[in-house]
Amino acid sequence: MASGKEIRTKIKSVQNTRKITKAMEMVAASKMRKAQERMKAARPYGEKVRRIAANLSQANSEYRHPFLAKLAEIKRAGMVVVTTDKGLCGGLNTNVLRLALNRMRDLEGRGVNDLRVTAIGNKGVGFMQRLGAKLVSKVVGIGDTPHLEKLIGPIKVMLDAFQAGEIDVVYVVYTRFVNTMKQEPVIEQLLPLTGEKLRDEQSHSWDYLYEPDSKAVVDELLVRYVEALVYQAVAENMASEQSARMVAMKAASDNAGSVINELQLVYNKTRQAAITKEIAEIVGGAAAV
Amino acid sequence: MAMTIHVDVVSAEESIFSGLAEFVVLPGEAGELGIMPGHMPLMTRIKPGAVRVKTQAGTEELIFVAGGMLEVQPNLVTVLADTAIRGKDLDEAKALDAKRKAEEAMASRSSELDYARAQAELAEAVAQLQAIQKLRKHHN
Repeated sequence: MASGKEIRTKIKSVQNTRKITKAMEMVAASKMRKAQERMKAARPYGEKVRRIAANLSQANSEYRHPFLAKLAEIKRAGMVVVTTDKGLCGGLNTNVLRLALNRMRDLEGRGVNDLRVTAIGNKGVGFMQRLGAKLVSKVVGIGDTPHLEKLIGPIKVMLDAFQAGEIDVVYVVYTRFVNTMKQEPVIEQLLPLTGEKLRDEQSHSWDYLYEPDSKAVVDELLVRYVEALVYQAVAENMASEQSARMVAMKAASDNAGSVINELQLVYNKTRQAAITKEIAEIVGGAAAV
Repeated sequence: MAMTIHVDVVSAEESIFSGLAEFVVLPGEAGELGIMPGHMPLMTRIKPGAVRVKTQAGTEELIFVAGGMLEVQPNLVTVLADTAIRGKDLDEAKALDAKRKAEEAMASRSSELDYARAQAELAEAVAQLQAIQKLRKHHN
């Protein structure tokens, strides 16, 4: 059995660990609230652009944008994988990467020979590198407040490839925030824009007046739409990250608590045994005299 | 009552303004635009500058935007404000930068997709998580 001193040191170290996990839990809890607010704040923009894009797809414009084309055969594909920068958030990244990996295998099985990946977040970058995927762009170090500015470049790489006809489809993989306890990895088709996303309740038969011309305006609008979708995915992923981390750290703190209790019990028993032994020795000694 | 038009100014990161207005002035690409209620449907880019909204209450709201898009319907004005100054060259530079970074990261990659290893790696992580969960159940 371990000596009293060893157990005391062990308890001390578990206590220190618990302090850290407890602090991380509280930090994550406060960041989670902010991340959720940001996620909600990003929604109006996405909805507005979606509505306008829906109007556009119904307006009888003379110009048809490639983003609105029908998806034919998939020969080459692109994937935007959204992960977190840091670990210690449970199975969040593992789950989202597993989903991405399964889709990649599936695509390869269907004869897709060119698969490009844009990785957002350190974990995704590292994974794709080890996997040996064709990484065309990446973003790391998004921080606690995601800014669209950081995403523009990497997304553009994907959009350019799509517009040039180098890839037929672009997916986005991220973790959707359901509630604090539940986050689920999802995979969505980003390009070509699906009819479902652009479906609109009201039908218009009018068209806009474009200035300077329809092509320039539609081009810019749709690029913004796609960016807004990706931004939303990043914002949602961030809210998921913080709540997953909070839950994981709470579990870790609880575990540390029960480990400390067990160690304390062992320590007390050892101490008791030592005292008993000493008394028995003294009594034995006294009897011998 | 004076005629009003609903004005929404939103950026990708937040909603900036939403309310009724009598008159809106925007920095359109081809020059200043004044929008009154009942304007015909219009869609255009806007330049970085100030959006001036004359609200129903008679006050004036001044919002600075770093460019963006404008959609006008007879009773609705939507400004999709950019959060950063945009431009073809600027965007291009960002894209190139992102590409370069990715290429640097790819310099050390193996030629074949190593699915098996990646799968094993993920499976291991999942197994670890499950083990932790089981341990937890056992403890409680």
